[in-house]
This record gives sequence, C-alpha cells and structure tokens, in this order.
Amino acid sequence: MTEILVAPLTEAASGELPSWRLLLRRPAFIVGLLILAFWVVCAVFGTSFAPHNPYAQQLLATNQPPSAAHWFGTDQLGRDVFSRVLVGSRSILIVAPLATLLGTALGTALGLALGYLGGVVDAIVGRLVEAVLAVPAVIVAFLFIVAVGASAASEVLVVGFVFTPLIARTVRSAVQVESQLDYLPAARLLGEGRLRVMFVEILPNVMPTVLVEFTVRLGYAIFTLATLAFLGFGVDPSTPSWGSDINANYDVIGAGYWWETLFPALAIASLVIAINLVADSVERVLAG
Amino acid sequence: MTALAPAANQGSDDAGRPALLVEGMDVTYRVRGRDRLALKNVSFEIGRNESYGLVGESGSGKTTVALTLTRYLPRNGRVSAGSIRIDGADPMRMGPAELRDLRAHTVSMVYQEPGKALNPSIRVGRQVAEVYEIAGLGKSDAAERSAEMLRKVQIADPKRVMERYPHELSGGMAQRVVIAMAIAAEPALLILDEPTTALDATVEAEVLDLISSLRAQLNSSVLFISHNLAVIAKMCDRVGVLYAGELVEEGPASQLFAEPRHPYTVGLLRCIPRRGQRKDHGRLDSIPGFLPQPGHTLPGCVFAPRCPITEEQCREAPPPAFVLGDGHTSRCYRHEQTADLPRNTPVDVELRSAAQPGATPVITIRDLSKTFAPRGGPVQALRGVSLAVQRGETLGVVGESGSGKTTLARVLLGLTSPDPGATVELGGHAVAGDAGHRGREQLQAIQIVFQNPDSALNRRHTVRRLISRPLVKLAGLSGARLRERLMDLVRSVRLEERHLALRPRQLSGGLKQRVAIARAFGGGPAIVVCDEPTSALDVSVQAAILNLLADLQAKEQVTYLFISHDLGLVRYLSDRIVVLYLGRVMEVGPAERVFSGPHHPYTEALLSAVPSLDGTRGSRIRLSGEIPSAADPPSGCVFHTRCPRRLSSGICESAEPPLAEAEPGHLISCHIPIDELTSLQGAGTVS
Amino acid sequence: MAIYLLRRLGLAVITLWLLSVIIFFAGQVLPGDPGRAILGPFATQSAVNSLNRQLGVDRPLLTQYWSWISGAVHGNLGISYQYRTPVEPMLASALANSAKLAIFALVLLVPLGIIGGVIAALYVGRPVDRVISLTGLSAATVPEFVSGIVVIVIFADGLKVLPSSANAAPGSSFATQLRYLILPVIPLVFEFFGYIARMARAGTIEALESDYVRTATLKGLRRHVVIVRHVLRNSLLPTITVIATQIGYLIGGLVVVETLFNYPGVGRLIFVAAQNKDFPMLEAGVLTIGAIYMTATLVADLLSTWLNPRLRTAVAP
Repeated sequence: MTEILVAPLTEAASGELPSWRLLLRRPAFIVGLLILAFWVVCAVFGTSFAPHNPYAQQLLATNQPPSAAHWFGTDQLGRDVFSRVLVGSRSILIVAPLATLLGTALGTALGLALGYLGGVVDAIVGRLVEAVLAVPAVIVAFLFIVAVGASAASEVLVVGFVFTPLIARTVRSAVQVESQLDYLPAARLLGEGRLRVMFVEILPNVMPTVLVEFTVRLGYAIFTLATLAFLGFGVDPSTPSWGSDINANYDVIGAGYWWETLFPALAIASLVIAINLVADSVERVLAG
Repeated sequence: MTALAPAANQGSDDAGRPALLVEGMDVTYRVRGRDRLALKNVSFEIGRNESYGLVGESGSGKTTVALTLTRYLPRNGRVSAGSIRIDGADPMRMGPAELRDLRAHTVSMVYQEPGKALNPSIRVGRQVAEVYEIAGLGKSDAAERSAEMLRKVQIADPKRVMERYPHELSGGMAQRVVIAMAIAAEPALLILDEPTTALDATVEAEVLDLISSLRAQLNSSVLFISHNLAVIAKMCDRVGVLYAGELVEEGPASQLFAEPRHPYTVGLLRCIPRRGQRKDHGRLDSIPGFLPQPGHTLPGCVFAPRCPITEEQCREAPPPAFVLGDGHTSRCYRHEQTADLPRNTPVDVELRSAAQPGATPVITIRDLSKTFAPRGGPVQALRGVSLAVQRGETLGVVGESGSGKTTLARVLLGLTSPDPGATVELGGHAVAGDAGHRGREQLQAIQIVFQNPDSALNRRHTVRRLISRPLVKLAGLSGARLRERLMDLVRSVRLEERHLALRPRQLSGGLKQRVAIARAFGGGPAIVVCDEPTSALDVSVQAAILNLLADLQAKEQVTYLFISHDLGLVRYLSDRIVVLYLGRVMEVGPAERVFSGPHHPYTEALLSAVPSLDGTRGSRIRLSGEIPSAADPPSGCVFHTRCPRRLSSGICESAEPPLAEAEPGHLISCHIPIDELTSLQGAGTVS
Repeated sequence: MAIYLLRRLGLAVITLWLLSVIIFFAGQVLPGDPGRAILGPFATQSAVNSLNRQLGVDRPLLTQYWSWISGAVHGNLGISYQYRTPVEPMLASALANSAKLAIFALVLLVPLGIIGGVIAALYVGRPVDRVISLTGLSAATVPEFVSGIVVIVIFADGLKVLPSSANAAPGSSFATQLRYLILPVIPLVFEFFGYIARMARAGTIEALESDYVRTATLKGLRRHVVIVRHVLRNSLLPTITVIATQIGYLIGGLVVVETLFNYPGVGRLIFVAAQNKDFPMLEAGVLTIGAIYMTATLVADLLSTWLNPRLRTAVAP
C-alpha cells in the first residue's frame, strides 16, 4: 500500500498562535493587565511610597478637600485619602483570589460529579443548589459573616462557599455537553473507573470553562467583598480598605465631603473593570 | 403554474440567454488578516431548463458557489475576480432593492437540513405564504396559493400541514415545504445544496423523484450540489467536478461518469464499491494524500500532489481546460491516459480462512428487546431480536433512522441494558447487561469504532495515550511489551510513529478514524462494532478505511457488526446482513441472497431507493408515508403502513408475521409466501 | 401542559421548602441568645430565661422549626425581636417600597437591555457592538454602591439637581416620588443592563446566523421584516428567562442601594435585622426574597414554554 500518510499540518498546528500570544494582541487585555498590575504593586509596596502614613490621624485637619498636600483630601479622622486608597487594595487582593480559588475548586468537583453521575445525586444536590441560588449571593454572604464573625479566613470561606454552587452549575452544564460525546462510552468500554473518567477524561475538556469561570468570578469576588465591607461586615475598620472607608464616610457626602468616598469608589471600579477586561479577553480567546 | 410576478418572467422568454453564466470567478475569504482563495477561476454555464450537477468533497468549495450566487457569503468573503450573470443580471452589482427582487423572483435555494431551514416559531403555512405576500398577494389569496403549492409537492393534506410548526414535521415533509417555497416564484435558477443528504434512503428517493417530476413541470434551471456521485448521475444533465476550489472536469453526466477524463474523477469513482463488488474480490482503490490547505497556492495543477500520473509540467503550470468534444472538458495535461490510471492500492486480497461452521458463535442473542421509557411513554427500540454471528464473519446491519440498529450495538457493548429476559452471549459466555459490571475479559471481547472520531477521541489526549490505554487496561501490557505492541498496532492501521505525539485536532478525519480503529483493536477483541465508521469521511478517504477494516479482519479473524445506511458499503464488507425496521428483524441472511432476492418488501424498497451510478435498474418500488413512531408502532406487521405489497386479506394489519426460513440460512418476516415474493420481485433484477 | 405546570410548581415548592430549612438552621448557627439580645446586658438571667421561654427559643430545634414553618404557611411569620411587633406588616410595607424601586428599574432596564443587545448583534464586531458590550460588562461588575456614590457626587452633591435621599415626603405626588427614585435606580440599571444586553445579543447573533434567517432573506424579504418577524421572535425567548433571574438578583442589589440611599425597603430591612440578630425578621425576609425569585423564574419558564411552540407542543399531553 502506497498511501501517503503525511498529515496536513492543520491551522491549529501551524498558523495558530498559542493562546497567551493571542491574549497579548488584545488591547483590552493589556489595559486590564496594566491596571491590575498597578494595584498589585500598590498592595505590596504601597506603604513605602504613599505620601502619608495611611493610619495617621490628624484631628486638626479632618475633612480637608483635595489639595497639593493631600491630593485626595483627608477623611473624618484627618487621614490622607490618597495614601489610604493606594494601600487599600491589599486585603481584597489577597482574599478575593483565595476565595475564588476555593470556590472554583469545590464548584468544579461538584459540577463534575453532578454532570457525570446525574440521576438521583444530581436531582437532590441540584435542588439544594437551586435553593441557595434563590437568595442573592450578597445576602447569603453577610448571613454567613454574621454567623461566623468577620476575619480574612472567614471571608475566604464564605465567598468560596457562596460561589461553589454558581460555579458548579456552569461546570455541570459543560460536563453535560461532554457527556453527549462518544469518548465517554469509549472509556467505559475500556473499564475506566468513574473518578478517572471524571478527572482524566472530562476535566481537561472542561478546563477552558473552568478558567473562564475563575476569571469572571474573581471580579465578582471583589464585588462581593467590597460590598460586604461597605455594608460594615468588613474585617477591621482601621485597616485601609476601600469598601470600609466608604462605609465609614458615606454619611458625610451630604455635607459636601465627596472626596472621602468618591476616590475609593473609583479605585474599586478600576479594579473590577480591569479584571473584567482580562476575563472577557480570556473568554474570547478560549472561545476561538 | 401561472407566473406570479410578470417582472420575474420577462426574461424567461429569452430562450437564448443562459439561466446562469459564471466566468472566471474567484472567491476569497479573509481569515486572520490573510486572504484565502476558496474558489479559483471557476467558469460554468447552465442553460434554460438544464440541470447541472456540481460534485465535490468537503472543502471543495461547492457550498461557497451556492452562497456566492445568492450573494449570501459571510462578511469575510468576497468575489475577487470574474463575473456572474443570473438570467442576465449581475447580483454583485445590485442595490438592496434589486437584490431582493432577484431573490424573490429569479433565484432560490434549498439546503441540507430541512428542519433548520424553517423558522421554528412560525407556522408552516405563514412561512410559505410569505413568498406570495412578497409578490403582492393578500393574506387569503396567499394562503390559498400556498395550499396549492404544497399539494404540488405531494403533500396530501396541505391545510393540516400549514397549521403545524416545523418541528412537528418529519425531515422529508419539511424538505417538501422548503422546496415548495423555493419553487413558488418559479425562479429561473433553483439551487439545491445537498437537499437529500440529511434524509433517510427511502425518503431521499421520494424527494429526488419529486424534484424530477417538478422539473418536468417547471420552467426552472437547476444547480444540484452534492457529494454523492450517484445522486448527481441520476439527477443531472451535465456535471462539473470541483476539487479544492477549481472545476477540474466538466461534461454531460452520462459521458463523464462512463469515461472520466480527470485523474481525480477517476479516483473518486474507483473509491466506491461497484455493482456487487465484495471484499473477497479485491480491495477498493483509494486516493492517497489530502486536499491542499485552503489558501495554499500550488504553482501547477491542484491535484498534482495526489495524482499517480504527474509529470514535470503538472507541477509547473496550471493546466488549461482541454476541450474533449461534446462539451466535455478536463483540466489535465494527461487526460488521454486517465482510462488506464494506475491503481494506488493493489487489488490483492490476503486470503483468510472462512468462518468455521458449527463452531460456537461469537455472538448469540436471543429474544432481545429494549424499551426506553421517556416521558412520552415507553418506546420499544428493539423487539424480539435473535441472532448468531460466527467468528471472522461480518454481519451488516441495515435500516433507516429509528430502526434500532444503533441500540442493538449499544446493547451488545453494554452501554444500554436490555429488557429482562434476553440472552446475550459474547464468545460463548453470558455477559452482564451493563459494561460497568463486565470484567476485563468481557470488556476485551467487544469494542467499537464510532461514526465520528471527533466525538469518539478525547481531544485533550495524545494519540499515544489514546492507543496505549486499551493495551494497558485490557491487554494488561506494560514496559517494553507495551511499546512493542503499540508500534505494531500503529503500523497495522498505517499510522506513523510521529503521529503518536499529536492530538486528534492535528490529524485529518481519515487519520483520526485510524486512531479510533487502533484503539478498538488494542485489547485484541473478538468482535468490533463499526457504527457508520466512514459516514463522517469523504469518499476518497472512505475507501482506505474500508480496505483497512477488511485487512484487519483477514489478519485478526475478528467479527464485525457493520452498521451503515449505505447499502453499497454493507454489501462490500458483509458476509451476512440483517435488515431492521422499527426494532424488528425483517430479514436476515447471507449478503448475496439478501441482495439478489427474493427479499422482504422493505429490503426491496431500500434497494430500489439507492440511486446507482449505472443509472437504470429494473423494477422500482417506492414507499409512501412516514416512518411510524417507535412509540406507537402499527399493529400486525409493523411495515404494513408503508408496504407496497400489502396483502388485501387484512392479515398484514392484524398479525405479526413470523421470521420464517425462505431458504437455508435466509429468514424473512413476511406473510407473502416465498414463491410469490420471488415471482413478484423477479429474482435477480436488483443487482 | 397542566401536568407540566404542576410538576414545575411542585419543584418550586420543594426548592422553597429546602430554602426554609437552610435559612432556619443557618439562623440557629448565629451566635447569641435572643432573650439577652433583646433585653440587653443588664437584665437578670431569670428575665432573659423567661423571655426565651416566652419566645419559644428554649424548645427543641425541630419543634421550633415546625411551629415557624407552619406559622409561615398561614402567613404568620413571628414576632420581631428588635421591634417586638409582628413581622408581617413591616415586611409588607418594606416590600411595597422595594417593589416601587424594582419596577421602576425594570421598566428602564428591560427595553434598554434588549435594544442594546439587539443593536450590538446587528453590528457584531463593529465599534457600536464593542462599546455596548464592554460598557455593559464593566457596568455589571462595578458594585452598586460605587456607581451609587458616583451619581450622588455628580447629581446630588455637584449639580444639585436631584435629591440624594430616596425618600419623598409622605403623600408626595407620583412624579415627585419618581424623581426621588431616579438616583437609586441608576446603579440598578447599570448593574443589570449588561446581563440582559448580553443575552439578547447572543440570542440575536445565533438567530441571524441560522438557516431559517437565510431562508427568509433569500425569499426576498426586506431586512427589517426579516429581523422583526424571523430574528427577534426566536432570539428574545432565552432573554425572558434571564430577565426573571435578574429580578431575583435585583433584590440582592436592593440591599446595597437601599442602604446607601436610606430607603426603607426589604433589602434594608434584612440588613438591619442581620445587624441586630433579629432572626424572625431576617428569616422571613430571606424566605420572601427566595419566594419572589422562585416565582419569577417559574413565571419566566412558563412564559417561554408558552411562547416557544416546540416546548409548548412537547409538554402538551
């Protein structure tokens, strides 16, 4: 037999750039990444280049409007708003990724189990998931926080648990799509065990979904944590934190002291938008 | 039919003007910032009332032709050279109003999936009536005309069909509706893009007959696009063969198929099993290599890399269209030598020992039924099936959608449990109904090659991993022996070592299917189920896969359960054939006996539904009506609702016929006595 | 259809029951002693004990759950620890306030989201699409209190054209009440515009690429007829379900917006109850929100089933 068996190198193999190169070609991704990097640098080194001590109270210079000395003004305790904004990303940038990671790991495992095993397990756990999802995440989160007390660890657990059913639901439907494909019966015919089918056969194929879900949820983790802090369920009011600072000062907007809340608010907005630009780019690149 | 809009038909009196004239057309897609030529220098003409067939494999650009003519190319596509005239008008230079007018009156199109071509949320009647409303008719007139049109496409009860939503129609019915909409305005040019590919064989035959009869009544020219050579041969006056975006050969249908003058056309025709050709007679020929990548520009002939008779010239300059008389042209420098084109695949067959009669069958099933219980009520997918298959034998499983052929395979594999009471023995031992409860030896006994390798191969795993897994899990190999056997296996499915590191998406369709075959054979199975293993592949690749399956069988003495809707393939590969209809065995017997007859009326209908490249055949019977739902099977003989030979005594409606032996080893389930069937069918007319 | 309806309703009731179990037992985890919480640190232990007995919180958990849930079924949601009055009237008036805010937001949101999404889909890949998509996406992830503060700073504090509080004086005209609700509604619209637009866009793109739209276009229909008759009818179906889900999440957004604008709605009621460990109020509020969410998704499901002929006939007996 003289058949020529030289496979044509398909586009995937020859012309197509790896995903990360494609990402770097997206302006939205670059902008998002730069903003994110800026806040990470601030979180790590902020205290060393902030113009003032973010904790230092100047009771003689409270509620000062923005000026050359205090670019973003001072708050009700006379603390420098600019310095507090610079270092205010620290706790959220530690807690949010950890919480998202926890939620993604649990949610992926749960979603795999529900989607692949199906049947009674899916019906029962699926109902529970639906029940939890019927209450807005923010409310569930603050109920938990009230129950277990506010700390960085409890925030990670609470946000992680709140995200678990959401991520599980997405992963479950991705797994159900995979379940239509013939490689799963093929694996059964080789006598592969369930765990192996779930984690070796299916998981790699739903990884793109999991990755997208992680980046999207990271944005929502920041959203949720900031909202908790704003509602007064934050960790420690004296630690600079955008949400808590807004919580502490929003009642004086009416008195004209807008800078105390506006700048932390804009900081939160810039961070979540940055993460979303990144998430959206990742999603588009993975979707092809 | 009276003309709808006078404007539309002003031109049609002008008999001298062709319905379609395409000259030197290039179509380019812009992909990732680069232009890729999808069609290159395509020229053809369709005369008044002519039917022109465009044949080509996937990636040949045939659908691009259709989209270009209706100016429905995706936004990244454009006509980069040449000209188009539809009934004298150039669609590329039209403004929106003119273009609408062209689409409303001059050109219309029918495509592959009838179910998707209709709007799911609008009643069928409204959708048909729209065509008339565009022509200026009022609502009630339009409805009236719609009903008339539906009757014309042989829909018996148009009023009722018009009240339905598209999902309530069968595929064949939906395609009739789409055809009705397309011909309502009596267009100068009717484009049919694979109009029957998604339909079952008997339904396809009906729709093709309908198109033929409509052509006789209408004043339309037809552009018929298909990958199926036999359908094109049946339906068309002239044919163009499209390869990699170029029209390589063109000519009158009868002449082109009888005396092809381009090596590609010759190769394509040789890939198809002809007239009773069987695996014992010799291997099919195949076309080596692959379609050039889209956008790839070869300096010479596009087919040169795969052509067995290339010479220097072929690789240097593109061949012009050589005119061979009678409107037959070929873009091949060596068009005179195509008649005795050397084979790519030697004919020789490795001889094998025939199945040993009397030995324990490899597969024994008795009284196998399978009932699914979805919400709508129980559906019996299989009923009372009993079969025995010998070692080294191929059992062809034939039937239309809903016949239960895939369910049969899944039950044997243990992917679906049969109803209680059935006996399933593989290799002489009863096996558990569920693959999860089968031990290693039982799993080892039976494996499958699925229809679509993209679905059957885990796209995240490498070829090495995919093929090694059964060697580890089922054959229990490791270390050096594993590597040795892996390389053996890779060689025997004619893959190469370098493929091992690749993932499925880096392989062509044919290579992927080889990987799937290697996986199936890895555990040393006694039985391999082949579930439409070539239907996702192009004709030129299909032959190589069939050859491979035949070679492996000869070497390994494996038993095949070969499921296919393509009777030609089944006949080529099978020793015995079982015909299923609504989950019941209609007929089972040696392949040649089932084909030559006498056969069950359903088998007869299936056989006469298949268009053949050789054109004519003897008696032709057609089935009418829809395939009944398995949830609500007809009483008596389940086939009686569509049977053209139903007995007037009423027994067919009341009693289910037994599966009786017509001759040794040949069983038919029919109330008509065998002698009568023989005389009715005139044994041997169907070849 | 009737069977489908009953089935769907049954599932909703089961889910709601599960939710009540979760809420009730989660409430038990909350630390603190209700009697002590109400009477304060200086009350005697015996007074606290007798109050606890009076409240029934010293009984076994299952008994407490039973009396709570059977009361809830009869519309009796218990006595607020904090206000020492029945929960229902307060909850009802808070719900009415929240409904005003939510309905106002939806009236703006739904058309804006659908129009935005459809426009983006019609110009897919072009600048209009990118602007709509990216704006929607960004707005959706900015917390409501952030956008709320921005609008307060601009419109109430800077331009002084709108009140920064949401509470119109009692007895104000409808127009005045509406004016007071403009600022609180903006963050909600911001938050949810993106979701609806995204769904509408995706559905519309899918329909535009379908074979049946090609059929319609090749019939020679005008573009706007194709879009209105053939595209929108199919593309907006999935959007209905999304809108219903959003109604549920909208209430989550109310907690923040109502707190920021000091508006006496159900969100603020829950928030205050949680702060003060007022369990009966908290449990009743959360259960109510769950019930609203469930009803909204149920209605949406039924609506899209009824609008989609494929499903409608499939579930018909």
